Amino acid sequence: MPQSRIAGWGRQFVEGEELQPETLDGAPPVLFRGLGRSYGDSSLPAASSPVVVNTTRANRIIHFDPATGVLRAEAGLALFDINRIFLPRGWFVPVTPGTSLVTLGGMVAADVHGKNHHVEGCFGAHVTRLKMRVADGRVLECGPDLERELFLATVAGMGLTGQILEVEFGMRRIPTPWIWQESERVRDIDEYIEVLKQSAKDWPMTVGWLDCLSTGSSLGRGYLMKGRWAQAHEAPARFPKELPRLRVPFTAPEFALSRATVRAANFVIYNAHFQKKKVGLTDPFRFFYPLDAVLDWNRGYGKRGLTQYQCVLPDSAGPGAARRFLEVLTKRGGASFLCVIKDCGPESPAYLSFPRKGISIALDIAVRDDTQALVDALNEHVLTEGGRIYLAKDQFTRPEHFRAMETRLPAFEAVRAKWDPEKKFKSAQSVRLFGD
Amino acid sequence: MRRVAILGGTRGMGRSIARRFVERGDWVALLGRDEAELERSKADLEARGAPGVRVAIAVCDLEKVESFRPALESVEQALEGMDTVVVTAAVFAVQEKLEQDPALAHKMLTVDFANTISFCEEARKKLLLRGAGTLCVFSSVAGDRARKPVVLYGAAKAGLSAYLEGLDHRYRSQGLVTVCVKPGFVRTGMTSGLPQPPFAGDPDDVAQTVVEAIDAGTPVVYTPAIWRAVMTAIKAMPRFVMRRAKF
Repeated sequence: MPQSRIAGWGRQFVEGEELQPETLDGAPPVLFRGLGRSYGDSSLPAASSPVVVNTTRANRIIHFDPATGVLRAEAGLALFDINRIFLPRGWFVPVTPGTSLVTLGGMVAADVHGKNHHVEGCFGAHVTRLKMRVADGRVLECGPDLERELFLATVAGMGLTGQILEVEFGMRRIPTPWIWQESERVRDIDEYIEVLKQSAKDWPMTVGWLDCLSTGSSLGRGYLMKGRWAQAHEAPARFPKELPRLRVPFTAPEFALSRATVRAANFVIYNAHFQKKKVGLTDPFRFFYPLDAVLDWNRGYGKRGLTQYQCVLPDSAGPGAARRFLEVLTKRGGASFLCVIKDCGPESPAYLSFPRKGISIALDIAVRDDTQALVDALNEHVLTEGGRIYLAKDQFTRPEHFRAMETRLPAFEAVRAKWDPEKKFKSAQSVRLFGD
Repeated sequence: MRRVAILGGTRGMGRSIARRFVERGDWVALLGRDEAELERSKADLEARGAPGVRVAIAVCDLEKVESFRPALESVEQALEGMDTVVVTAAVFAVQEKLEQDPALAHKMLTVDFANTISFCEEARKKLLLRGAGTLCVFSSVAGDRARKPVVLYGAAKAGLSAYLEGLDHRYRSQGLVTVCVKPGFVRTGMTSGLPQPPFAGDPDDVAQTVVEAIDAGTPVVYTPAIWRAVMTAIKAMPRFVMRRAKF
């Protein structure tokens, strides 16, 4: 079989082979991956077993019940496909990440969260059943009330507990396929924390964009977007137009994302939102998935690729935690083109689920010589605040940092050892962080 | 509204075509070997289909000629008629493997040429009997010009393409529209593991082209479309070039 190079969304390539069978029935006992949108090495094969199975051809719907909204499908079904079928019928997933180019299996394995985390929690909270094949070859079902340990380790388990074959979860009725959005300019990080917590009371969906190159009195300025599904009397009767699908025809040169260009872009983005407040209708494609319009925008980060650093700073660290984090970042000159801030609701019972009550900050960082040092410094700071990082984004965290952040890791490892004692299911990431 | 039978509709390009039909309200019957797979795909099509869509299944094996007529008859019954027949199923293997395994080569030649044509003959009779209909069959660009990597497969597909052209000449005036699809390289389970040439296509894009061709009655359709130009160039190459060429 031909060897090829496989990468996550951050374009850090490893050698390996990606099988893409039509059905998952006869798949070998190795790591599954979906559309490969995790930034780091979560979906990449370990060097010692260089094969992964891509699930995207196993994309059939098993059952949809319009009376209850329960949808069951094969793990490779993509979110954009679900949206194409169900948005026009007035149904939407209970939780969506910031891209629709993900599979159901991936949404479970990373326990994705979205703009509504403060209300709905993570995707895993809405999953009622998983059909899995575990290391000894058995195919079984698990859920919140069935093989609960396995279920809680599989949700947010990054594919390490077994192969997710089918996912069953509850879809939500929406009043219209339109979003009522309000956005608000924010002067600095302290105001940000305040308006985030305030808006969470009235709005089911919130997220903020940060200009993380601003310093001094405008440290952490940006704008906050709040949204809810529009009611029938507010929205047009027609179905919104999907975003165009553009491509980046070549990998950008490194200077394209220099400090100066990022600063200029951030200045333009911030000042384009010159009003204190903007209100109006938008559509779910622009609201949830603005970056999906450019299919391979990661190529804009050049040959060396990118990483995303996402951490959550718990409320227990106090309201100044986000400011302290940005100060560490700006002191190190961390230039991030995209910086997103969001308040999270309570922690999920799934062992490795990322969000917890607090503030989450995500930064896209072009990979350079100093990226490892930057991630190390940010991790050391996050540790002092009692926070943690998101595995689905990570490529550079050191195992000792992760182990110190993730107090639930031993419990996860115990369940994993029970179901997969030989560690048949491992990834480049689990080798790096868990020492597989 | 069309009433479509698809042989090979549970996977690959056939699956994408079946989805496209039911999403716009056409009725579809899936033909295939594996009943459990047929049931699974039926459920998928029912969930995706427009309101009121009917989906049926019938077991049919391209290796078993005697299964053809009963399968098509059961489709006619389940869909209360049948005006479109699509064949995407085929056997594929690379030339090296076919040369090493004469039994596999014989099976491929039988299924892709003789049996596919026998199936088309059954379909032809049924469609002509109702006065009009469309027969859409997947041949391949491999049948356009004999080439080193597809000596055997290309021979079977060349024969199939010739048959489909003949049908078009003979029966179009009587209402039978023949659509010969010539896919270039398409990323499916069938081609999984092969090195990808330039201009590789995806099943969903192929499905869009094919359904449009069925609606328009286009006799020959290349997909992705660029392969028409590629094959025109390859067909124009003299023998001494083809003997040296690796493709």
